[in-house]
Amino acid sequence: MTQISKTNPHEPHTVYIKPSKGLAALNLSDLLRYRELIFFMVWRDVKVKYKQTLLGMAWAVVQPVMTMLVFTFLFDRVAKLPTEGVPYPVFSFTALLPWGLFVTALNQGSRSLVAHQNMVTKIYFPRLILPTASVFAGMVDFAIAFVILVILMFYYQVTPAWNLIWTLPLFLLLAIITALGVALWLSAINVQYRDVNQALPFLTQFWLFATPVAYSASVISDRWQLLYSLNPMAGVVNGFRWALLGTGNGPDAALWVSVGISILIFVSGLFYFKSMEKTFADTI
Amino acid sequence: MTTAISVHNLGKQYKIGAAETKFRYNMLRDVIVDTVSAPIRLAKAMIGRSDRRMNQNYVWALKDVSFDLEEGKVLGIVGRNGAGKSTLLKILSRVTEPTTGTVTVRGRVGSLLEVGTGFHPELTGRENIYMNGAILGMKRTEIDSKFDEIVDFSEVTQFIDTPVKRYSSGMYLRLAFAVAAHLEPEILVVDEVLAVGDAEFQKKCLGKMGDVAQQGRTVLFVSHNMSAILRLTQEAIVLNKGQLIMRGPTQEAVDYYLSSGQSQAGERTWEADEVPAASQPFTPISLKVKERGGKVVDTVRSTEPVTVEFEYKLSSPVTGLRVGLYVSTMRGEYVFTSFDTDTPELYEKFDTRSAGHYISRAELPADIFNEGRYTVGVNASSFGVKRYFMDENALAFNVDISGAPGTQWGEPRVGPVRPRLNWKIEKRSEIRDCRLNL
Repeated sequence: MTQISKTNPHEPHTVYIKPSKGLAALNLSDLLRYRELIFFMVWRDVKVKYKQTLLGMAWAVVQPVMTMLVFTFLFDRVAKLPTEGVPYPVFSFTALLPWGLFVTALNQGSRSLVAHQNMVTKIYFPRLILPTASVFAGMVDFAIAFVILVILMFYYQVTPAWNLIWTLPLFLLLAIITALGVALWLSAINVQYRDVNQALPFLTQFWLFATPVAYSASVISDRWQLLYSLNPMAGVVNGFRWALLGTGNGPDAALWVSVGISILIFVSGLFYFKSMEKTFADTI
Repeated sequence: MTTAISVHNLGKQYKIGAAETKFRYNMLRDVIVDTVSAPIRLAKAMIGRSDRRMNQNYVWALKDVSFDLEEGKVLGIVGRNGAGKSTLLKILSRVTEPTTGTVTVRGRVGSLLEVGTGFHPELTGRENIYMNGAILGMKRTEIDSKFDEIVDFSEVTQFIDTPVKRYSSGMYLRLAFAVAAHLEPEILVVDEVLAVGDAEFQKKCLGKMGDVAQQGRTVLFVSHNMSAILRLTQEAIVLNKGQLIMRGPTQEAVDYYLSSGQSQAGERTWEADEVPAASQPFTPISLKVKERGGKVVDTVRSTEPVTVEFEYKLSSPVTGLRVGLYVSTMRGEYVFTSFDTDTPELYEKFDTRSAGHYISRAELPADIFNEGRYTVGVNASSFGVKRYFMDENALAFNVDISGAPGTQWGEPRVGPVRPRLNWKIEKRSEIRDCRLNL
């Protein structure tokens, strides 16, 4: 698409504009030049999200806690689902953290291009910034809710293993890559087909059922485990539980399938997004 | 001198009337997209929305355009609506990609169109300055250093920590413009056709443009206002149907433009591809100049009233719509502006115009115009909300002055109007006599 020559910062840089052919170059250097914009977009999303609300940032806590309470009533008290010896509130909240991050990223990210139509049709900037910033903006809610999880773990006296210091960030990364990958696909498709807006609530709901958030992955019979792990969020949630609560097997074949699928979605999403990028301003 | 912009065989193809994109360049993408969109297409077909992939129509919005522009020059771009002016600017500012050809641009391209892009109503003035600056490609340190200057220029100092949703529209626009104006790009793009805001604001834009030009930076200026083009540029290019048909000193280019595309016989109709998508729900159909008997004419007699008819469609109801005319001389000086809801009765009656097919008809009284050629521009807008459509050179007509006041002397009269004034000649001594009689 465009290349930017390296010159000293006081010289005006030269931009070559030409039609991009083949799989568009990822042009990561351009993304780097606009890194401050990513920061500003994330900062703005976070700032604006709870403006003119009574509870403000407390919503980041209220939402997962309420879901956890509903789940506890339905699946613990009524359905009495097995939780591998962990108190159900901690068990479900551990899963609701990455799930909340994923859902926010998926919904905001998929709508990001269309929501910023006027930017897309008026000025140049690497379009990748929009879904990326939406995904990162969800991290703040995640961090706040994480504090609640720590309190819950203290209350129920659940002691995590020390290796979570490095395993948890890796599972978090997996959640982000998955969310970003799906958001790249859906945001680019959404530019042309607003069907995505309609499909998102259904997709989110369906995905929640296919992910062991409310229940334990151990209820799935062994012969379906591999198929089940095609859902990368299953890997993420199982990983979170393993790292924080010590349940499940830890990294096994199923996890690697999830990781592989996640990377596949991300990389293909990146290429699809880049190849569609040049038509965004014309079709949005 | 170095070249600031070098455009080589530039072309841009758009598809019209089709929502589907046909992919031309590579196979992998075809496969991916087809796979992904198949269920969506299926769903569309099932709910009865036909897949229009079969009847693709492509149109070249820009074709084989080549030119070089030296640093520090101001270049005017003229052409009718749909001639490719905006497409050219969009490619230069990298919003959209060309289909063919290359452009080399030396330096940052800034545009006064981007005013307020990315402004968020919930953020304060201060926060929006940083946000907007970052969107326009300014570094944080750069915004820091220009912050006070921007605030001063915008004249909103005391409200700088108030959310911009509490700003008046004037304050909002001033702040937005202040950020864009301090971007200090090496190349400034001004598309007056699309510029928002009132006359005051547009004046400010043009003023800023003049400053930029004087600082030795490169400016590209698009306008339908020939006098602005003549005043602000030394050189101009003329675009017609996506092709560069002329480049030369502004005076020559303007004369060429005015003499080539303007000679329709008192009638102008709009084809679908001439109407920008942004004008929805407003679609212009035709503009006609008619003489008293109802005949469409190219030349009108100044001693007889003339009817101007603007026919258009609204695809959805519009509140506060006003449809109006600009009449100007061929030099670009305005003679007058008039809107169909100028009178209080019509203003109230057509507060909201429902969807449908309309004709707004105005009678221009006799004895207004002087001899010469005049252009009629049209405008459809909701005041302070949106300008749906505008074409400042929709058509031109000639005025024949036989029988007009003062023709017995046979000399040309200066000024665009030639009113029949109610002259009275009184003899001073007679007045005194009257008083004495009382």
